[in-house]
Amino acid sequence: MRRFTIVALAVAVVLAVALSPFAASAPDGLEKVAAEHGFADRGRPARVQERAPARDYAFPGVKDARVATALAGLAGALGVFALGASVAAVPRRGRAA
Amino acid sequence: MHIPDGFLSGEVSAGTAVVAAGAVGIALHRAGSRLDDRLVPLLGVTGAFVFAAQMLNFPVAGGTSGHFLGAALATMLLGPWLACLVLAVVLATQSFVFADGGVSALGANVVNMGVIGALVTGGLMLAARRVLPRRRGVLLAVAGAGAWLAVVAGAAGTAVCLAVSGTVALGTVLPAMLAVHVAIGAGEAVITVAALSALMATRPDLIGAWAPREPAPPRIVALPQEA
Repeated sequence: MRRFTIVALAVAVVLAVALSPFAASAPDGLEKVAAEHGFADRGRPARVQERAPARDYAFPGVKDARVATALAGLAGALGVFALGASVAAVPRRGRAA
Repeated sequence: MHIPDGFLSGEVSAGTAVVAAGAVGIALHRAGSRLDDRLVPLLGVTGAFVFAAQMLNFPVAGGTSGHFLGAALATMLLGPWLACLVLAVVLATQSFVFADGGVSALGANVVNMGVIGALVTGGLMLAARRVLPRRRGVLLAVAGAGAWLAVVAGAAGTAVCLAVSGTVALGTVLPAMLAVHVAIGAGEAVITVAALSALMATRPDLIGAWAPREPAPPRIVALPQEA
């Protein structure tokens, strides 16, 4: 399982780093519908999101937009892996003992 | 399909948050009781893959893009409840770290992009296990159909959330959301089937392990009475 985990995580990281800077930038389905039907401007970030570390998938402090997106993808994929595995591990603690 | 803050009423935000929290609660209970040690790494890598693939917007018709959701793929690997947990982890990270998807709308986003698709795909999978042969083609067809339905049903759920909130009339938003997401769902199906095919070639044991391979033992309806 360790080998599978490493390979699968590497695939996710490569997708996030190599392809995300080239993802389509057109509005997604909901954004498009919101713009066409006049409720897009109701959307606003929550107060805590104004201090979000990497708003709009831009890694902080990186000028090149594509590099910033790629780094955000790297950090996000690794972060979600760690958080997902931790959240799954917590209710299992002590059970194996 | 991430709803930002400001689109939903307080009642809809709270109601969907309760549903999402319930699904996550069931998932945590399952995670604690399942005996499979592969669960922890599998949940982590599924989350990482879903996060990565969600970044990759693909163009659909009319100056619009769509992105992978991942609920159907996660369901094939982990079962519907743990798939809800994977999507909740991904969507919470996107909201708090990347400001993608609202904070008060997090429950609605977990329901529309996670819970609905996971339950639709899980239901299809269990039904298929009962009536169809256990074959590679069947599993891929179930995954593809589940992926498409997950996106279309999630789009309908999003439309209902917006309409109940009084943001836009249901008669306006429902057909508009369905029209776009019928195409986005096709992309979801292609990615889901491709990822599952690759997994089947390498680790077929990881797919559908949560669903029993044999039909459930028959329940005793009535005990025979002694004359």
